[in-house]
Amino acid sequence: MHRVKVRVVEDALDANATIARANRDDFERAGVTVVNLMSAPGAGKTTLLERVLADGLGDLRVGVLEGDVQGSLDADRLARLHVPVVQLNTGEGFGGECHLDANMVRSALPALALDDLDLLIVENVGNLVCPAEFRIGEDARIMVSSVAEGDDKPLKYPLMFRACELVVVNKVDLLPHVDFDLPAFLHRLDAVHPGVAHLACSARTGEGVGAVREWLAALPERSRAPR
Amino acid sequence: MHELAISSAIVETALRHAAGRRVTHVHLLVGHLRQVVPASLAFYWDVVTRETLCEGATLQQDLVPARLRCDACGWAWDVEELAFRCPACDGPRVTVLQGDELIVETIEVEVEDPCTA
Repeated sequence: MHRVKVRVVEDALDANATIARANRDDFERAGVTVVNLMSAPGAGKTTLLERVLADGLGDLRVGVLEGDVQGSLDADRLARLHVPVVQLNTGEGFGGECHLDANMVRSALPALALDDLDLLIVENVGNLVCPAEFRIGEDARIMVSSVAEGDDKPLKYPLMFRACELVVVNKVDLLPHVDFDLPAFLHRLDAVHPGVAHLACSARTGEGVGAVREWLAALPERSRAPR
Repeated sequence: MHELAISSAIVETALRHAAGRRVTHVHLLVGHLRQVVPASLAFYWDVVTRETLCEGATLQQDLVPARLRCDACGWAWDVEELAFRCPACDGPRVTVLQGDELIVETIEVEVEDPCTA
C-alpha cells in the first residue's frame, strides 16, 4: 500500500453550484423568476410575505416554497392567502439542515407547478450564516434584518449581507423601543456591501411594505432584461 | 455552524475524487472572506468523516488573504477589516482578486501496490 497525491482543484461547493444551475435552467424554461428570502430566525420573513402577498402582486402569479427545519406553521399561514405554497422540511440528517441547498429545492420542484407561476419566493430557513453559502438557482436574494437584532449585524454576518441584492430593515415600528441606530446600521451595511439596495418597513403595521412590494413586482421584468 | 455544512461539502468533494480509495490527507484553500473558523472546521471534519473513506484523514487548511480591486479606478488592496469600498476613490464596485476560495486543492489516497510476484 502506498499513498498517491491526487490533484483536485475544485470548489467544495461545486456540486451544489451544478444543481443550482440545473434548477436555474428549469426556472428559465418555465419563465419563472425566483427569489431567495433569507434572514435570522424571527426577523419577520413570513409576516412580511403575508403583508406583501395579501393583495397580490399585480398580475404576477406568485408561489412560495417554504423552508423550515420542521413543521408547516409558516406554510399554513401563507396558504390562507390563497397562494400556492409548498413546504420543504430539512429535518432529516444531523438534527436538521440549517439552510436550503440546491438539491433540497430541486427535490421540491415536482410539487411546484412552475409553468403556472411568474414569481417563486423561496423562504429559506432562518439563519444568518449557512444560507449565504448555498445558491439554489435564484435570480435575486433578499435578506431581512429586523431592528430588534441590533445595528451591528452587518459587521457580524458580512457573508450574508454581501450575498444579497436587497436588504429589508424590518420592525421599524419598534425603533422607539430599541437601541437601534438606523444611520449607523446603514453605514455598516455600506462598509460590507457598498451601494446595496435597502428598504425600511414594518411588516406588522404595513409601513414601508409598499416599496418592498414594488421591488418584488418589478423583479421579473428586471431579471429578463439583458445583463 | 456554517463549518458543518462546509465540512460536509469538502468530504463529498474528496470522496468523489477518491473514487473508492481511502483518503489520508486533504489540502484545502480557504479564503479570508469565507469566514471559516479553522478550529471549528477541524472539529466538524472529525465528525463528518466518521465511517467514511475520509475517516482519520488529516485536513490541511491554508488561509488565503483577501485582495480586492476597485472596478472604477483599478486600485488594489489587501482587506483586513470589513470595508469593501475603495479606499482610494470611494467606489462601491470591487472585484475579489483572491480571498473567496473554498477549494479542495489536492487529496492523498491509498493505492494498492502492484503485484510484483
